[in-house]
Amino acid sequence: MELTRKLLINNELGLHARAAAKIVSLAGNYKSTLCLGRGDHEADGSSILSILTLACPKGTEVWVKAVGEDSEALIEALSRLFEQKFGEAR
Amino acid sequence: MKETHKETVKRLKGIAVSPGVVIGKARLVDRSRVKILYQYLVDERQVSREADRFKEAISAAREQIIAVKNKMPEQLRKHSFILDTHTMILDDSMFCNATIQTILSEKINAEWALKKSVQNIEKLFAQIDDRYIKERIVDVEYVAERVLRNLAGKEQESLSEINERVIIVAHELSPADTSSINIGKVMGFITDVGGRTSHAAIMAQSLKIPAVVGLETVTHHVQEGTLLIVDGYAGEVIIAPDDEQIILFQEKQLQRERYESSIIRLSHLPAETVEGHRVAVRANIELLEEVVAAKDHGAEGIGLYRTEYHYLRSANLPAEEELFEDYKQVAEIISPSPVTIRTLDLGGDRISSEIALTKEANPALGLRAIRFCLKEVGLFKSQLRAILRASAFGRVQLMFPMISGVQELLDSKAILEEVMNDLDREGHEYDRHIRVGVMVEVPSAVAVADLLARHVDFFSIGTNDLVQYALAIDRVNEHVAYMYQPFHPAILRMIRQVVEAGNKAGIDVALCGEMAGDPLCTFILVGLGIEELSLNPLGIPIIKKIIRTLSLEESRKDLEEILDLDTATKVRDMIKAKMRPLLKDLDQQGLITSYNNQEKRALRHG
Repeated sequence: MELTRKLLINNELGLHARAAAKIVSLAGNYKSTLCLGRGDHEADGSSILSILTLACPKGTEVWVKAVGEDSEALIEALSRLFEQKFGEAR
Repeated sequence: MKETHKETVKRLKGIAVSPGVVIGKARLVDRSRVKILYQYLVDERQVSREADRFKEAISAAREQIIAVKNKMPEQLRKHSFILDTHTMILDDSMFCNATIQTILSEKINAEWALKKSVQNIEKLFAQIDDRYIKERIVDVEYVAERVLRNLAGKEQESLSEINERVIIVAHELSPADTSSINIGKVMGFITDVGGRTSHAAIMAQSLKIPAVVGLETVTHHVQEGTLLIVDGYAGEVIIAPDDEQIILFQEKQLQRERYESSIIRLSHLPAETVEGHRVAVRANIELLEEVVAAKDHGAEGIGLYRTEYHYLRSANLPAEEELFEDYKQVAEIISPSPVTIRTLDLGGDRISSEIALTKEANPALGLRAIRFCLKEVGLFKSQLRAILRASAFGRVQLMFPMISGVQELLDSKAILEEVMNDLDREGHEYDRHIRVGVMVEVPSAVAVADLLARHVDFFSIGTNDLVQYALAIDRVNEHVAYMYQPFHPAILRMIRQVVEAGNKAGIDVALCGEMAGDPLCTFILVGLGIEELSLNPLGIPIIKKIIRTLSLEESRKDLEEILDLDTATKVRDMIKAKMRPLLKDLDQQGLITSYNNQEKRALRHG
């Protein structure tokens, strides 16, 4: 099953290495594959380096796409991670 | 750089950043890249073995990184995230899987395949606009280097493992290198690159070991175990010296030590002219660790505490608590003498990613120092809070950098007032009457010095930037650097104008640029009526000694003559003529060189 959703980067620092690492390790817990992107620039959800190349500051909207049997759960968990500003205070 | 061949003996000239002379064996710290060769694998079995060899190198690298992390001292642990990032890069599909795929599909050796992966990543990162993220490519390269070393069977050296007394020879030393040094074992360091304010230079000064940087090619001339003489006064390194040179140097060293200890013995005495006019001689420092050395060299307080270090050392902004602890300790150690803390003197381009700014065409004239702080009020307030809270623990003075006019000063003081009110409400203790001053370094501030003086307790003239802005000279630009002239009549007149404005308003006037540490400038500055000189701690004994030989009255008389001269060259020539006997004495002892190589050369040829 394929699921796509748009998410907003809300933390002060934007999508930097620490946040990218959290996305990768979260996605690692699911069977579905994850990719995300900004406009037509697409990144592999299993690679921090690939996610970093999106270079998203605070306020950027990205799309996330999960493909697989547990795609819904993955997207839900991912939405929460974005909402919680990747666990950062600001 | 000067280079002369005399049999196998070589002399290299660099920048003297930490004084002292040592003779010892070279220890090359190899930070060079591993050479990568292309190899086509004919045999299928070879191909799968190559993939295994790569996987082993990856897991060895992971273990090495974890070991480094576990060995990290407690206080550095909060920076250990960088090491987590490194392990994640190791496992990253673009790094690891991509390389294995290349080995299998193209039948090439692991080294070449990894190089291809890194090049791919580099290409992607080159397109990124965000400066901070773009720089993360160095982490990828660092990790790749570690894997390549594992593939080659080479160990990544750590300076903490050095166990015999050696002179460290390196292309460049990182803060990680210098902070892991086994202090007792290192006699000195010399590097190809680096400058006076590089981290290695500051570390060498606080460890009191000689260092020469900017030697350009020293790593090519030196082999492991080569005998070296490092002259941290003259900024010279002698490679493979003969017996005669060694004896000569040992004598020179002894002589210097005797002379230096004789001045240092006197360095606690006040700097008074023959008439008893007293000048306060204080230290410019950048790290808490330098305070003790400053006191030892006779500093009567810290005249300039630069606060940029905490903002540069990590990607995140420093917490108020971290700054407070640091400022508090400086205030306590130097007490009862004062410390003047200068608020952040940086542009957003140099600080963390938290405040992303676009590149500026002309950063020296851009959004930096007080302008930047007035825009980033949150950052500014957090530093002001830390400084004010520290003022409860010693004599703290506050100084705003790069003030260009009265409005900027009033805006800054208004924020200071707000912060004071916040602290009152929260019940924090601090000095309500903290002395507030401005650094005079923008020509417009000189022009309105009389107006600024009404709102502050002191001025401190920052000559480095003042010369640069007043003469429209970028010191770093080699085509115009020769025009950077502290003796330019315009500069001397500007200093006089500031002193006069200060005197009229009854406030103190200090000077904290490089001119303060230049023995040639001392008597003009004293004659001009500067009440406080603040300089590199190591130069304090000499400047104090010079002041003790001066007569205020004569300096004033000479000054009239000097202020009438129309070029910097004439000014310099007259000063040299007047100071010749004294300077000759210091020069013979090789003491001037450590602070001003250029002046010494000029003195010899002029």
